[in-house]
Amino acid sequence: MTDTTEFSTQPAGGHFETDVIIAGAGPVGLFAVFELGLLDLNAHLVDILDRPGGQCAELYPEKPIYDIPGIPVLSGDALTQNLLAQIAPFKPQFHLSQMAVNLEKLDNKKWRLTTDLGTTIEAPVVVIAAGGGSFQPKKPPIPGLADYEGKSVFYSVRHMENFRDKNILIAGGGDSALDWSLALRPLSKSLGLVHRRPDFRAAPDSVNKMRTLVAAGGMTLYTGQITALHGEDGHLHSVTIKTADGETDVSCDALLPFFGLTMKLGPVAGFGIAMENNLIPVDTEKFETNVPTIFAIGDINTYPGKLKLILSGFHEAALMSQQAFRYVRPNEKLRFQYTTSSTNLQKKLGVK
Amino acid sequence: MSTQNQDLEIILNVTTQDGKDHALLALGGWRAMEVIRDYGLPIKAECGGACACATCHVYVDPAWLDKLVPPTEEEENMLDEAFEVQDNSRLSCQILMRPGFNGLHLTLAPGSEPD
Repeated sequence: MTDTTEFSTQPAGGHFETDVIIAGAGPVGLFAVFELGLLDLNAHLVDILDRPGGQCAELYPEKPIYDIPGIPVLSGDALTQNLLAQIAPFKPQFHLSQMAVNLEKLDNKKWRLTTDLGTTIEAPVVVIAAGGGSFQPKKPPIPGLADYEGKSVFYSVRHMENFRDKNILIAGGGDSALDWSLALRPLSKSLGLVHRRPDFRAAPDSVNKMRTLVAAGGMTLYTGQITALHGEDGHLHSVTIKTADGETDVSCDALLPFFGLTMKLGPVAGFGIAMENNLIPVDTEKFETNVPTIFAIGDINTYPGKLKLILSGFHEAALMSQQAFRYVRPNEKLRFQYTTSSTNLQKKLGVK
Repeated sequence: MSTQNQDLEIILNVTTQDGKDHALLALGGWRAMEVIRDYGLPIKAECGGACACATCHVYVDPAWLDKLVPPTEEEENMLDEAFEVQDNSRLSCQILMRPGFNGLHLTLAPGSEPD
């Protein structure tokens, strides 16, 4: 990961007011800040990830992207850093590691968006730039898993103390699995790590530490995959692990699966906006949803001819911003200007 | 020309998560995932073919396993984020279709289903 461009994050749980709320801080949400900013509209962004960039940050930070106009090749991470630098003059406010869970219309005609951490943001315009939805932990397709979630199956560690003196089993072969194995082992009663193959993709240093601990009897390594959970009332007693030599039952009272993230539509479906096959239909003039003042741009929207390309999202952000201006500043005249010639715009960008 | 086209015809057989079989006409150079997605069959493939998500996980008919280019370390690493991985597990975005693959049979595996 390259050096992160400075950006302003807000503590969770506060109340904020702005011109435009953007749900999703992927490339399209970020560029929307730029287009809105040229029109003097301020924006707050909400994202479930702990950093801006969306899929570019989570799925392919190091993969080359070849179809950004004028840029023959750059990585997902570089695109994110460039966008952050480009929008910095407009001072966007980020609300990260939070999921937008509720959207309601207030008596003053503004929208109030609430996150799962209790942050509330009010604005006259909302832009859904949620891509494929919220990134959420991948859940193993083990029968009955849901009964144990939150009681003895966890996809993240919020408080390590909750795992003290537990028989912990961690599943996965990446950095999360290895890092948490090493971090939780000292306070656990016992700790096991289960991974499908002998090789690990996690950082070699953590893998070496893990192997040393396994050799010394400080933890157990199982090469296989979990096929069944055993317990009652959400409390695990043991799991069945299928290995090359057959099945074996392993006692545990806490299971932590770390299989990466996947996109789920999430609470957007409950915002009262018309949806079609998990996408939000919009017009192609303003990219507005069936609910006036709510827009949808980027991969989450659909219209005749839609292509899920970053560049399409950029275009959608520009046109959306025009209509957003009319809603936020109904008494002001909208003037179209070029950044190449307008001293006004250049001042906003801090280059004049 | 027509005989040549027939020689190049590549049928990709796909069993979807519901157990139904589909015969898809594939083009050389396309990724198996792209062919499956192009036909509108249910495949999540959320990273779009960048070997970055494991949501195009398939099981390869064992008879075909040795004919495919073996998985790269990158693909093996990504399969760590798939479930119910077997010896014949592959990511379909990493299988490039070519004439010799006429009749290749893939079964969509757990984790490939769209929401």
